[in-house]
Amino acid sequence: MLLCNNGIYLVYQLTTSSIPDILPHMNSSNTTNVLVPLGALGAGVKAEDVSAGLAAGAHAIACDAGSTDSGPAYLATGRCKYSRAAIKSDLAILMRAQHESKVPLLIGSCGTSGNDDALDWTRDIVLEIAAEQGFHPRIALLYSEQQPAAIRLAAEQGRVAPLAPLTEVDPAVFEQCDRIVALMGPEPYIAALQAGADIVLGGRTTDTAVLAAMPLMHGKPASAAWHAGKIAECGGLCSVMPREGGVMMRVGDGFFEIEPLRATNRCTPYTVSAHMLYENSDPFLLHEPGGVLDVSQARYEALNERCVRVTGSHFEPGPYTMKLEGAASGAYQTIMLIGIQDPKVLKELPRFLEQMHQKLVARVRDTLSAPGLAFDISLRPYGWNAVSGVPTTTIPSEIGLLFIATAPTQELATQIAKTCNPLFFHMPLNQEAELPTYAFPFSPAETERGAVYEFKLNHRVTVQDPLELVRTVFIHSKEPIHA
Amino acid sequence: MPKLIEVCRHVRSKNAGPFWITIDLFFKGKPEFLSWAEARELQCNAIAGMFGVEAAAVKRFAVPQLHVLKISFPRKIPQGGAFERDMHAGQQYVRLLDIELTSD
Repeated sequence: MLLCNNGIYLVYQLTTSSIPDILPHMNSSNTTNVLVPLGALGAGVKAEDVSAGLAAGAHAIACDAGSTDSGPAYLATGRCKYSRAAIKSDLAILMRAQHESKVPLLIGSCGTSGNDDALDWTRDIVLEIAAEQGFHPRIALLYSEQQPAAIRLAAEQGRVAPLAPLTEVDPAVFEQCDRIVALMGPEPYIAALQAGADIVLGGRTTDTAVLAAMPLMHGKPASAAWHAGKIAECGGLCSVMPREGGVMMRVGDGFFEIEPLRATNRCTPYTVSAHMLYENSDPFLLHEPGGVLDVSQARYEALNERCVRVTGSHFEPGPYTMKLEGAASGAYQTIMLIGIQDPKVLKELPRFLEQMHQKLVARVRDTLSAPGLAFDISLRPYGWNAVSGVPTTTIPSEIGLLFIATAPTQELATQIAKTCNPLFFHMPLNQEAELPTYAFPFSPAETERGAVYEFKLNHRVTVQDPLELVRTVFIHSKEPIHA
Repeated sequence: MPKLIEVCRHVRSKNAGPFWITIDLFFKGKPEFLSWAEARELQCNAIAGMFGVEAAAVKRFAVPQLHVLKISFPRKIPQGGAFERDMHAGQQYVRLLDIELTSD
């Protein structure tokens, strides 16, 4: 639901050529200070931490609201990982801080995936809060979802390259995707701020770019701005107590400093430098849209017991590329769960599971006589080896056995589960034995899990202009909003 | 010969994007790092065998200041498909804990 009505909002498109040439926000000191309230919007902002950061002289409040971390479903569907209430609660605190301080608020990768639906969902929450609180911020929306056909064309023109471990580009893969997003750099944020935005809501963006945007706009060196952004991207994760609030990053000429917002927390050279390891396949090099950050020569020193100063970072500019993420829906799944405590079965789990799998597959083949039916039955013995899938000789005292049917349609997946139902719930270890009954917790026994989604893309596209694939929409509340 | 868990204070694994897994081995101190980071069992071919990936695709990074060895390798299948068992790859380090380390 979009709360804006005709006449209330001024909506216009920004392009590269139409960005008003106005001065950046004035910097009152020789560092640009970015308040990072937490690592992921919706995880729980503390108003007192934000107040502390504002009192310490923040020039921007910035954080990230998305990731591919939790899998492809969020990109393919546009749904947010966190609840609407959790996102609204955090946004309300940040918007009040923005309203009272006039410090810009930047949020990247809105709604988990940062696709257009996820950004619009976040926009509507922001407008709802504005209406409830009587705020009238100038809001910029940065859309970075891409049409599969357009990316296919770019690939055919040789502008799309694979990223390791992929080695080639199949142009057909783009149109197999339900949704594709391109990861933005800081430039669209800077353009929106220069055009006067109070709040910038971004689609998919690199975690670092949203934090580096304000320092870069103030002319701070790319090396310190990007490195600071990487260290602060997960909020307090670079501190001694990761769950104790966010951090402030202060970017200067040739250095940056990082300090927790909460007085009881501390950053140390160890906690700060160790954050380069986190979720990076390479701890020294970080590829960003306009180049590569190299921290192999960085020095981390304690300024005092809770603040760290970092020097020696290097940023090597390169061709401007945007990473692509794409997801598609594939098959459907239906699941069932039983608990087994029978010690005789648990003592012979490998044999039990193998014969159960054979009988279930055979029963489905005999019963659902659809020619060429492609399906999969997976048995995952939780409490034994479900997580690794690697054989083990240990004997558990209890397992939860998860049955997963995967098939081309939801109806077929459920028919497979229901066909397997009696065998799954009453399969004896030895055929001559009395029929057992395993412990099942649910009625009906089967649960439809819906579509299975897959990540399809690990590519980057080269662009001539950082705003080429970005669509900026400005919403300006000119009058009080009445929901 | 010690087990990995006996010479590390912390071991963790995590996804690094949908196509990579990364494992961080935090050794207890400098002596443990110097003695065991180059152990045969922590070389690319050993890790490749354990996780069923090609040795040439496994990357190792020693970070001496932190007494850390980082090992990264591609997922066999991208994160989150029909056959996913560990979405964040957050439990993949566990099978390393009990391996016995040998130094050449």
